[in-house]
Amino acid sequence: MTATLLSRDQQHAARARAARRRVVSSEHFAGWAFVTPGVVIILLFGAVPIVWSALMSFQRSNLLSSSTPFVGVRNYQQMVHDPIVAQAIQHTLIYTVLFVPGTMIVGLFLAVAMNRKIRFLWLYRTAAYATMAISTISEAIVFIWLFDPSYGVVNYALSLFGVPAQQFLNSPSEALYVIVTMTIWGWTGFAVVVYLAALQGVPQTLLEAAALDGAGPWTTFRRVTLPLLSPASLFLAVWLTINALQLFDEVYLSTQGGPLNATTVLVYYLYDQAFQNFNFGYASAIAYFLFLIIAVVTVIQFRVGRRFTHYRS
Amino acid sequence: MTALQAPVRGASAVVTRRRRRLPFSPWHLVLIPATLILIFPFIWLLITSVETPAEALHFPPILTPHVLRFGNYPAALSSAPFGHFFANSAIVAVATVLSNLVLCSLAGYAFARFRFLGRGALFAVIMATLMVPFQVTMIPQFIITKWLGVHVLAAVGINHLGALILPNAATAFGIFFLRQFFRTLPVEYEESARVDGASRLTVLFRIVLPLAIPALATLAALTFLDSWNNFLWPLIAITSTNQMTLPLGLATFQGAHATEWTLLMAGNVMSLAPMMVIFFVAQRFFIRSVAATGLAGT
Repeated sequence: MTATLLSRDQQHAARARAARRRVVSSEHFAGWAFVTPGVVIILLFGAVPIVWSALMSFQRSNLLSSSTPFVGVRNYQQMVHDPIVAQAIQHTLIYTVLFVPGTMIVGLFLAVAMNRKIRFLWLYRTAAYATMAISTISEAIVFIWLFDPSYGVVNYALSLFGVPAQQFLNSPSEALYVIVTMTIWGWTGFAVVVYLAALQGVPQTLLEAAALDGAGPWTTFRRVTLPLLSPASLFLAVWLTINALQLFDEVYLSTQGGPLNATTVLVYYLYDQAFQNFNFGYASAIAYFLFLIIAVVTVIQFRVGRRFTHYRS
Repeated sequence: MTALQAPVRGASAVVTRRRRRLPFSPWHLVLIPATLILIFPFIWLLITSVETPAEALHFPPILTPHVLRFGNYPAALSSAPFGHFFANSAIVAVATVLSNLVLCSLAGYAFARFRFLGRGALFAVIMATLMVPFQVTMIPQFIITKWLGVHVLAAVGINHLGALILPNAATAFGIFFLRQFFRTLPVEYEESARVDGASRLTVLFRIVLPLAIPALATLAALTFLDSWNNFLWPLIAITSTNQMTLPLGLATFQGAHATEWTLLMAGNVMSLAPMMVIFFVAQRFFIRSVAATGLAGT
């Protein structure tokens, strides 16, 4: 009696265990079935290329020969001695240092101005958002025309103030700053959206409390609003920097890196080496160098930024 | 020094006193010029697109053309197939959005809910690809795409629209983003549906995805914008005119007509108009999606 009961219990337990195992193995199967299509694409076009271009950066690889001999660190050595790489780094950094704070200041200013109930608000906001809907190429074409040295509106506006006509994109000393201007304009909408969203999260009670304590509008802004916006500022700083270090479209369209390499930034030079000269090995080395710069700058921004960032719990 | 400061302080007092008497918010005084600067490039673009070449090349610039010359538009259309570029952009963007919604939902759900062999390692690899800039992967991606076109399927090879869709058909960002969202959903509904005999696919499509519509909409909006404005990859992957997307077609058009400003601006207006319309019709939806990326970091 007891023996049969026990064995029935055991049978039951065994069946349950088997069932559980079946569930688990079907979960393995379902898991792989669900992830495979997406993962195959990401592995093929993401993970494999990361390893491949790392290998390529140690090879001499171009269209001239089908063989791709390993050349050790020669591509990296070449990069150190390449004067254009040095210039490209310099231009990329100058661009980033101007573009990132410029966009953040413009975005913050407009967002603060628009964060209130006033008439025509929808019109102001829509105008700012419109810059988000325009592609980098459309943007660059409009700005080439605005900054045209002979017929451009900007030179006309300057002439009203007695300033002589500038060469802008044709001038080695001005071209990069024109590109800074056009990209700040193009990213204004994005910065406004991010700051407006963050401003809407600032509790009204805190602002009123500050006012009650006798703080003026400027002090309230500096001491209350700005610290509460710091997570959004850190996000924007990191996001804009990553994009700035990868500047390409506007340079390709407006100056092709010229005049006299004055606007050659890293990604433009990398594109030039890879798809104009077909030096895949050398271009891969530059790409990894760019990756290193982006990684280091991002880590520094998070480290430094965290010290100034106030997260509300 | 003190003598200089006194009148300044006096002046600011006058300003504040006068400000109180303004019949409108003083913020209009900064917002109106700022808005004019922001929209001026658009206005100038429209004006130039209806001028004659002689008017465009007039200095000082003519801000109000005498006759609106809409003939620039058909002229631009006859020298570059903008309708075709638009169709290509639309096909690529819609296909990319749909495949991302399906593939990232499937993978994101599996990573969120199922325990399967290799899940942790696989997820780590996917996250690693998220951190690497496109420039690192673009050369091998070009070689792989070329190889696929020659040896597997011509439609996904170089110079075909498939080359613009397939590499972006699923993104690490999409998988990560949806996985995070699925993990916030209560698991009880899914479990009871499973007990009632629903398959895992049914649970995902009938129960989980309807709850995830806000996240799916955000992913769709961001994927659409990315695809629509992408330039570097089409520049590498496409050389024949009839396979070009709008940004690439417009850039090529600019290269061929660099000094024909009226033609160029008409082409530019036609290129950016569809996205402007889409953007304004679905403004809230796009704004919320973009804001979500910002708030995710906070």
